Amino acid sequence: MNTSPTTSGESQAERIYQRQQRQNVRFKRGVRMSWAVLLALLLFAFSGVNFNILGLQIRTIALDFDFMRKSTPYIFGGVRWTILLSTLSVALASVLALLGALGRMSKFPPAYALSTFYVSLIRGTPLYLQIIFFFLALPQMGVQLSGLWAGVVALGLNYGAYMTEIMRAGIGSVPIGQREAALAIGMKRAQIMRRVVLPQAFQVVIPPIGNQFIAMLKDTALVSVTGFVHEILWNAQQVGRQNFRSLEALLVAALFYWIITIIFEIIQSRVEVRLSKGKRQ
Amino acid sequence: MTAIVRVSNLDKYFGRDHILKDLSFEVKPAEVICIIGPSGAGKSTLLRCINFLEVPDCGEIEVDGVVVETPGGGKAYRRGIHNLRLKTGMVFQHFNLFPHMTSLENVIEGPVQVKGIKKAEALQIGMHNLEKVGLADKRDEYPSRLSGGQQQRVAIARAISMQPQVMLFDEPTSSLDPELIGEVVDAMQQLVEEGMTMLIATHNMVFTRQFSHRIMFMDAGRFAEIGTPVQLFENPKDERTRTFLSAFASSHNR
Repeated sequence: MNTSPTTSGESQAERIYQRQQRQNVRFKRGVRMSWAVLLALLLFAFSGVNFNILGLQIRTIALDFDFMRKSTPYIFGGVRWTILLSTLSVALASVLALLGALGRMSKFPPAYALSTFYVSLIRGTPLYLQIIFFFLALPQMGVQLSGLWAGVVALGLNYGAYMTEIMRAGIGSVPIGQREAALAIGMKRAQIMRRVVLPQAFQVVIPPIGNQFIAMLKDTALVSVTGFVHEILWNAQQVGRQNFRSLEALLVAALFYWIITIIFEIIQSRVEVRLSKGKRQ
Repeated sequence: MTAIVRVSNLDKYFGRDHILKDLSFEVKPAEVICIIGPSGAGKSTLLRCINFLEVPDCGEIEVDGVVVETPGGGKAYRRGIHNLRLKTGMVFQHFNLFPHMTSLENVIEGPVQVKGIKKAEALQIGMHNLEKVGLADKRDEYPSRLSGGQQQRVAIARAISMQPQVMLFDEPTSSLDPELIGEVVDAMQQLVEEGMTMLIATHNMVFTRQFSHRIMFMDAGRFAEIGTPVQLFENPKDERTRTFLSAFASSHNR
């Protein structure tokens, strides 16, 4: 207690800071290790090892690794279709979502009605039905869509409807004072949307929209129903059935979806950081 | 001298509530007018009607030769409103800076986007005005990193960068911590000294008394009393003015 108050104060602050840092590091390390254990358990479950421990018979699932190795390139061939499908669909959905949200905020009755009608109709019917509809039902009306485009239209329309709600909420979250300030300096409506409202709305909607992207990525698997889009799931089913190795083939497909999703998540967090201009750290 | 702002027979309703009741007044160039009165008297609404952030239900607004009569419609009417907004600058109670732009970007947004001024020139105007409010060193900061007083000074710089003829202040110091009011008042005082025409809705009686040429006391959508600071503070004629100012005096007594 005979040290001067300032030095003891500083060292105490330093001590507390160090302790907080250590807690932080310990937590992160704990999470990483737990992940590793879970992953190991999962791998172990498919290791095919059987043994007896304390009279308990443990049996794990045996996989045909040789088949998995051989079929992986074929299933991997579906990745580019999956990515092509989801990229095109996301582009269409984003455009529709923006238009839908603008319509929803419009004072022009037909625009408002069109937006609500679209969202209600699309959300009120199953995505699976929509995909089949655009592929199988449209030809009866004289419109022929390839499997890919039927999938893109169905997925784009479907996700566009859900994202309309997200965009609307995002635009609505920008305070009215922002519009007023822009009006007061003489900005026009389109300028205000483009320069003031949308940049702020995007900051809000990126996390939920990223969530939609990730969901859509896996819903592209539904397009395999057309039989003409050889994306991951279609390829996996094909090779699995032919060789009576569906278990292995589907596991490989699942792994591909998982990896792509993780890559997507990383991209999303990068975009979030990029768009967070002016946000308090 | 002829008036730079002329408001005639202005009426405004919110739903069934009659907020502004047949208001008419004129403002001379370089005149500083403070609008005071109890909350809900219509001070803010009056200011917001002058640049049509609120559309008046009835009446005529004229600023520096631009005349807009309401109710109206059509292209000429919309162009009139746009021109009114170019003639007026506005400062808000809650600053309303664009949070995704730096101070300087906020200030040059109007000149570049609305007036079509070249960026290099706009940057000069912007820096000049940021210097004027004492924030040249904060040019690259985002609003979230500025204090309330600093944000309001950037907001003033943003408004004057459009070179308006008239400045409208909607309770510019009401949401500031007491120790930050002074820096904003200083920036406003500079404008007063430069001969800017100013209309200020405020609860800041110190500022009102010191800088206004005329005070308009509003109550329930009407002007209860209009006069010089000396007239209103020393010798208020209207009972409501007296009650209002004495309530202020007792809450601020030292």
